[in-house]
Amino acid sequence: MQLIVRDKYYQTDDLVSVVLSRTDGGRLPDWTPGAHIDVFLPNGLARQYSLCGDPWNTDNYHIGVLGALESRGGSRFIHDELKIGSVVGLGGPRNNFALTPSKTLLFVAGGVGITPILPMINQAEQMGISWRLLYLGRNLASMAFRDRVERFSDRVTLHPGDELGRMAVSDWIGAPRDGTKIYVCGPERLLTTVTEHCADWQMGTVRAERFTARKFDAPLRSGSFEILMAGSGKVIRVLPTESMVAALRSAGVNTLTSCGMGICGTCEMSVLSGVPDHRDSILDEDERLAGNCMFPCVSRSLTDRLVLGL
Amino acid sequence: MTAPTISTDIVTSSEDPFGPEVLHDPLPFQARLREAGPVVYLPTYNVYAMGRYSDVHAALTDWQTFECSAGVGLSNFRKEKPWRPPSLLLEADPPFHNAPRAVLSKILGARQLHTLQAQWATDADDVVDALVSSTLEFDAVPALAEAFPLRVFPDAVGIPHEGRERLLPYGDHLFNAFGPENALVQRGAGTIGEISGWVNDQCARNVLTPGGFGAEIWAAADRGDISHEQAPTIVRSLLSAGVDTTVHALAAVLYALASNSEQWVLLQSDPNLARRAFDEAIRLESPVQTFFRTTTRDIRVGGTLIPQGEKILMFLGSANRDERRWQNPDAFDLTRDPSGHVGFGMGIHQCVGQHVARLEAATVMAALLKRVKTIEVNGPVTRHLNNTLRAWESLPMRVTLK
Ligand SMILES: Cc1cc2nc3c(=O)[nH]c(=O)nc-3n(C[C@H](O)[C@H](O)[C@H](O)COP(=O)(O)OP(=O)(O)OC[C@H]3O[C@@H](n4cnc5c(N)ncnc54)[C@H](O)[C@@H]3O)c2cc1C
Ligand code: HEM
Repeated sequence: MQLIVRDKYYQTDDLVSVVLSRTDGGRLPDWTPGAHIDVFLPNGLARQYSLCGDPWNTDNYHIGVLGALESRGGSRFIHDELKIGSVVGLGGPRNNFALTPSKTLLFVAGGVGITPILPMINQAEQMGISWRLLYLGRNLASMAFRDRVERFSDRVTLHPGDELGRMAVSDWIGAPRDGTKIYVCGPERLLTTVTEHCADWQMGTVRAERFTARKFDAPLRSGSFEILMAGSGKVIRVLPTESMVAALRSAGVNTLTSCGMGICGTCEMSVLSGVPDHRDSILDEDERLAGNCMFPCVSRSLTDRLVLGL
Repeated sequence: MTAPTISTDIVTSSEDPFGPEVLHDPLPFQARLREAGPVVYLPTYNVYAMGRYSDVHAALTDWQTFECSAGVGLSNFRKEKPWRPPSLLLEADPPFHNAPRAVLSKILGARQLHTLQAQWATDADDVVDALVSSTLEFDAVPALAEAFPLRVFPDAVGIPHEGRERLLPYGDHLFNAFGPENALVQRGAGTIGEISGWVNDQCARNVLTPGGFGAEIWAAADRGDISHEQAPTIVRSLLSAGVDTTVHALAAVLYALASNSEQWVLLQSDPNLARRAFDEAIRLESPVQTFFRTTTRDIRVGGTLIPQGEKILMFLGSANRDERRWQNPDAFDLTRDPSGHVGFGMGIHQCVGQHVARLEAATVMAALLKRVKTIEVNGPVTRHLNNTLRAWESLPMRVTLK
C-alpha cells in the first residue's frame, strides 16, 4: 500500500510530525494503540514508527520522528528530504505493545518514546482505567506532544532532566500492586530500570517497547522479482507497480484473498526459498524471521526470486 | 408480499425478512431488496436494511459509524437487557474489543492450527471411511456436516465429551435470538436456560483440557493479555460461534458439489481447488445470512439519511449474490474467484475462526476426494429455519466409490 505525506511540521527542534494517508484516498488499515508501521522510504530504507494519532481517524496516520544523532539514513531522510506530497510504502500496522485489561496503568515514556503512549492514554480514558504518566526528557523544549497530555496535569509527571536531575523512576512506580500494568517506552537504560524494579511482580506486568530497528536479511528492493511455483515449475514476474496477488491472478493462478490488507490471513502461502519482504499485520518478529510463509496480498520479495509452495 | 414503495426520499418495504416465507427461500426477497436501493427501511421492525455488496462491505468495515456494542441482533442493548451477558468479541467495540480480539486471533491463527492438521485429516478419513463402508446413501447433514465438526471442534476447544449434544441447540437458539422474538425464538426458550448453564460450565478453567483453545485463552489471562474475568466469556465465543456455522457451511459445500456434478469433476481433476470450493460455497449460501449494527451518528447512505442510534440490518447473503459485484452470482463456479465475499464478515469483527472453518472443510473434502467417485443429491433437501443462519435439516446424498 502506498501512502502520501499530507502534512509535515516540527513539534520540537528535532522531532517532526508526519501525517500520511493513502494515495488512493481509501480507508487506512485499522490499528490499536501501541501499534507501529513500517515506512518504506524512497531512498530504499525501511523504518518503524509508532502511530500516535487516533484510531477513529481512518484517513490519516500520524507519526512523530526524532532526528537520530547518528542516522544511517532513515530519520535523516524523513527530516531533510521527505516533503508534503512524497510517497512512501506501508508495512503493518503491527502491535507488540498492545494495551491489556488492567485496573491501573502506569506509563513511563522517555523522549520520543511518548509516541505510542499518546493513543494509549486516550484508550485508558475511554475504558475508565485510572492511569499515571511519567514523561522524561532532556529538557522541556525537547519534550514533544506536551499539549496532548497537559489537560491531565494531575496524572502527568513531566521530568526534564536538565532542571530536575535524575528521576527516581522506581520511587514513582512504587511497590507491587494487583491489577497494575506498566507500559514503558524509551531508551534501553530506562527499560532496564523499570524491568528490574518490577522483576518480582506478576507475569505480564511490565510491557516494554524498544525502538531498535528491525533487521532485514537483505537490502530492500524496488525493482521487479520472480515467483517460482514449486509444484508446476511455472515462473511469474511481479512488477514494482503490482501486488503479488495481482501478478499471480493475471497468470491464472488461483489465489484466495479476503481483506487484501495483510490482516485476515486468508492468502497465506508457504515460502520454500528466497526472502520475503513482509508487509502484513499478522506475523510476529520470530515468524517473520523464520521466513517460511507470507501474505502475498501486501508482501513482496527482498530477493530476485521467491520459491512458493504452490 | 408488497413491492417496495417510495415515501419522500426513503424506500420502504413492508416485507418481513424473518417470516417463514422469506426464511424458506430468502433469494427473491433479497433480489427485491437490492433492486429497491442501497438502504431500505423496514417498518415491521423499525430497522434499515442494506443488501448491496458495496454498502454492506462499507458498513462492516466502518466500525466507527456502525457499532456492535448495542448488539448485533435486532435488540438494542441500550434499551433492552441482553438475554445473556454480551460477547466480548462480537458485541464489543474498540477499545474494549482490542485485547480479546488480539488474543483469539493469535490462538486461532492459521499457523497455530498446523498442529491440528494431521489429526483432523485422520479424523476426516475415519468419518468418511466409516460412513461409506456402511452405506452409499445417507443424509449428509447428520452423517458428515454435523458429525465431523462435533468430532473435532469440541476436542480442539478442550471440553469434555459428556453433554456435547447441547452445542447444536445452543448455537441454533443463539443465532435465532439475533432476530425478532418470533416462533423460532420461542421454540428454544424453554430449554435454553439449562443449555446455557451447561455451556457456561464448560468455559471454566478446570474443565478444559490442556493444550486446547480454551486452555490457551486461560493462559493468555495468566500472561495478563486479557483478564481472568474475561476468559470464560471468550471461551464461550468459540462454543457459540464455532459449531452451527461450520455445520451449515459444510452442508453448503457438500450440497453445492453434489448438485453441480461438473464442478465435482473439476475439483477431482484439481484438488487444489478445495479451498476455493469452500469459500465459493460460503459466498453462495452464506451460512450466516445477516447481522445488525447500530449507527453511532447520523449517516447518509445513498440518498438516505439514517439517524444516529438506529439499527441497521446487513444482508451478507444478499451482498454475496449482488449482480453489481458478481458475474452470474447464483452459479456455484470453481472457475470464479470468490475473494472478497462477506460470508465471514469484513473488518475488525471478521470471523476470527475462519481458518478453523477452512481447515475443517479442507480435511473433509480431501477425505471425500480420496474415496468417492461420484456424488449426487438423492431426494428432496430440507432447510432448517433459523433467524440468522441459512441452515439445513436434511441433505440426502448418494455416492459411488473409487
Ligand atoms: C516498534 C518501533 C517503533 C518505533 N517508533 C518510533 C517513533 O515513533 N519515533 C521515532 O523517531 N522512532 C521510532 N522508532 C525508531 C525508528 O524506527 C528508527 O530506528 C529511527 O528513526 C532511527 O533511524 P535512522 O535510520 O535515522 O537511524 P539508524 O541509522 O537506524 O540509527 C539508529 C541508532 O542506532 C545507532 N546505530 C547507527 N549505526 C548502527 C549500526 N551499524 N548498528 C547498530 N546501531 C547503529 C545510531 O547511533 C542511532 O542512535 C521505532 C522503532 C521500532 C522498532
Ligand atoms: C464457515 C463457518 C463460519 C462462518 C460462516 C462464520 C461467520 C462469521 C461472521 C459473518 C462473523 C462476523 C459477524 C459480524 O461482523 O457481525 C463471524 C465472527 C466471529 N466468528 Fe465466525 N464463522 C464461522 C466459523 C467460526 C468458527 C469455527 C469460530 C470459532 C473457532 C468462529 C468464531 C467467531 C467469532 C469469535 C467471531 C466474532 C469476532 C469479532 O467480533 O471480533 N466462527 N463469524
